[in-house]
Amino acid sequence: MLPFLFAVLLAPAFAKEAAPVAADPVAEARLMQLSSELRCLVCQNQTIADSNAELAVDLRNEIREKIQAGMSDAEIKDFMVARYGDFVLYRPPVKNTTLVLWIGPFLLLAVGGGILVFNLKQRRQRAADPALSHDEAALAESLLHTDPTKETT
Amino acid sequence: MKKAWVLIPLAVFVAMLVFLGVGLKLDPREVPSPLIDKPVPTFSLQTLDEPSRLLSSADMRGQVWLLNVWASWCGGCREEHPTLVEFAQTRAVPIVGLNYKDQPDDARRWLGRLGNPYIASVSDLDGRTGIEFGVYGVPETFVIDKAGVIRHKQIGPITPDILRDTILPLVKKLNAV
Repeated sequence: MLPFLFAVLLAPAFAKEAAPVAADPVAEARLMQLSSELRCLVCQNQTIADSNAELAVDLRNEIREKIQAGMSDAEIKDFMVARYGDFVLYRPPVKNTTLVLWIGPFLLLAVGGGILVFNLKQRRQRAADPALSHDEAALAESLLHTDPTKETT
Repeated sequence: MKKAWVLIPLAVFVAMLVFLGVGLKLDPREVPSPLIDKPVPTFSLQTLDEPSRLLSSADMRGQVWLLNVWASWCGGCREEHPTLVEFAQTRAVPIVGLNYKDQPDDARRWLGRLGNPYIASVSDLDGRTGIEFGVYGVPETFVIDKAGVIRHKQIGPITPDILRDTILPLVKKLNAV
């Protein structure tokens, strides 16, 4: 009973959302593509395509209108950035303030890789080296050949 | 020499701890607005009191003013409302209300019951003007200077502290120019 009730209650909402798809599938595909790259500011870990927040619905409508008005994807993104900042873009642009964001991971990888290579090289060198130096070997040898019974006087 | 190397992971750990600690204090909902130091988006909307009368952003030119985005359905607005009502009585700066995606009847009733701090409220019925202002969480408040440039954006409810420490000093500074 309850699921049925929910279905009935939600049906008008879905119908409202679905209507424009039939109207123009190409524009709708572009809308989905665009809005899946834009962050919904109300629920920040969702895209505008995913979110059902009222603002996301409004923004989808806004984008839909802009597509119908013949604006390019770049122009629509600029419109969003001008109002909500770079934060709306899931792929932030490369500029001075976002440089660390873009190259930071590669930098960390390089540093980590560097340390790994350095350590591996050292270990190999240690393995290749004879375990004991010449003097140490001689000392060990002499110790082994001395008779312990004689030494304890 | 060997001992110094041992300390590096500890140093990295402490640095991370500091970053995470600072991160905890930040509010992820506060996104810096790109509209700061930009001209106020133009609007011309029906006023709440008198729908036949329009108020536009150009009407407010020549004075420092606040634009407060509010709605009767918004909890934070109710929270900040007493502060605004009290502040309006000081007549320090005119406050224009942007009634965001609200039913005008509900909005009028809300103001009737809780007091009206605004020189006028305009109705943004479909939320288009809100989008122009980059509104994403009501209440929001903009401080706009005499030339019609946005100087500050407050996201979330205004508190007496925010008024005293941020908004009022800024208004005074802008008025002195």
